[in-house]
Amino acid sequence: MPLAAAVLQGDRLALARLLTGIENEDPRGLDALSELYPKGGQADRIGITGPPGCGKSSLVARLAGHIRRHGLRPGTGPVKVAVVAVDPSSPFTGGAILGDRIRMRDLAGDPGVFIRSMASRGALGGLARATFGTVQALDAAGYPVILIETVGAGQAEVEIARTAHTTLVVEAPGMGDDVQAIKAGILEIADILVVNKADLPGAENAIRQLRAALALGYPAPEAPAGVPGWVPEVLPTSALKDTGVPDLIDAIARHLAHLDSSGSRQALERGRARREVDALLEERLVKWFHAKLAEEELQAAVRLVVERRISPQQAVGRLTAELGP
Amino acid sequence: MPTPLRVLIAKPGLDGHDRGAKVIARALRDAGMEVIYTGLRQTPEMIAEAALHEDVNAVGLSVLSGAHMALVPRTLELLQGQGQAHVPLLLGGIIPDEDVPALKEMGVAAIFGPGTSTQDVIMAFHQAVAQRPTAG
Repeated sequence: MPLAAAVLQGDRLALARLLTGIENEDPRGLDALSELYPKGGQADRIGITGPPGCGKSSLVARLAGHIRRHGLRPGTGPVKVAVVAVDPSSPFTGGAILGDRIRMRDLAGDPGVFIRSMASRGALGGLARATFGTVQALDAAGYPVILIETVGAGQAEVEIARTAHTTLVVEAPGMGDDVQAIKAGILEIADILVVNKADLPGAENAIRQLRAALALGYPAPEAPAGVPGWVPEVLPTSALKDTGVPDLIDAIARHLAHLDSSGSRQALERGRARREVDALLEERLVKWFHAKLAEEELQAAVRLVVERRISPQQAVGRLTAELGP
Repeated sequence: MPTPLRVLIAKPGLDGHDRGAKVIARALRDAGMEVIYTGLRQTPEMIAEAALHEDVNAVGLSVLSGAHMALVPRTLELLQGQGQAHVPLLLGGIIPDEDVPALKEMGVAAIFGPGTSTQDVIMAFHQAVAQRPTAG
């Protein structure tokens, strides 16, 4: 059976192979993704980001477990959940340890949960280049909720906010002054700020600090003019003790409802589609150009740059001159 | 860079520590593989499920407890049952010599005792995958 058809029939091995094909940019996988693409667009994409060690994976496991028992949006009842968890690739060997499943063992044995680990494969921004394609495939395969866990992130990993409908930024108490340092990045992308490990001392302090920072102002992106923006919420959870998760689920559902009623969801989808097309276009053009360009020509130009006879800008100018304006 | 191999390293059974498994996971990572590591006390069902979701090229099990004659055939059976008969299974840990022929007979691709060099393990993974290319 063709791959796309098997995926639509709920064949999980076919889905897993499709995801491999997408990740490896295998033509068969990409064709199947194109075939499935029109079936997608239903899923709620929830992003979970934050610094390493703040408990993202454990929290994802709790969220998924809760959604499997009670659902996400009010009144839907339990729904299937997919998890995409990204860990960093070594920039030197390309290898990676993908360890997010360790914290997700409570989800094992539930056929309504599909967990896929991804290595970042050199992409910056906290996600892998193929993460969006992976999410699209899971969407088309009939997972109405997709949890996307980023690489342990610092300040610049904002790609998740452009991929997810709702972005959770997870913090832990005791990161104290670090919180200060990353506030700028965090406040710009968080729809909900989660202080995880709230069973530890210092949690109330962290919550207070974040609320105080929010009181100074926050961006309300994507909301069309005249529509009230979303006010980010700060919530405590303990993935270890399993507290605060129902409240967090409620907040996510409120944010999703806000996106629907304000028209922000369409704006987000438009922005995302544009970025995706731009990124693929750029990739394709670079590949095409490299294929056209003789390696010796490139090496000669680099040599001139090293000898400081021309600048890198001039080198690129010369190499691309034939392409016209 | 070529497409990295995706391998699952798992510890089935009740072993109390996973030092060996972590050494292997790290060595495979340094050899450029993407290693899905699932932690201690996995059941064969959990291992097979992870192998399915992650569409791995190979599965490595580490067993110290002596329960390999139960855990290995069960894991192989589950992999076969879910259409992953082509995924090679490699085994490390404390495996008595007298069990080796039976395990090979079941289809275990390679068996490593204590003291095996990580280079040999890396090579065995590459060979096992090359000999049994991914189906489909």
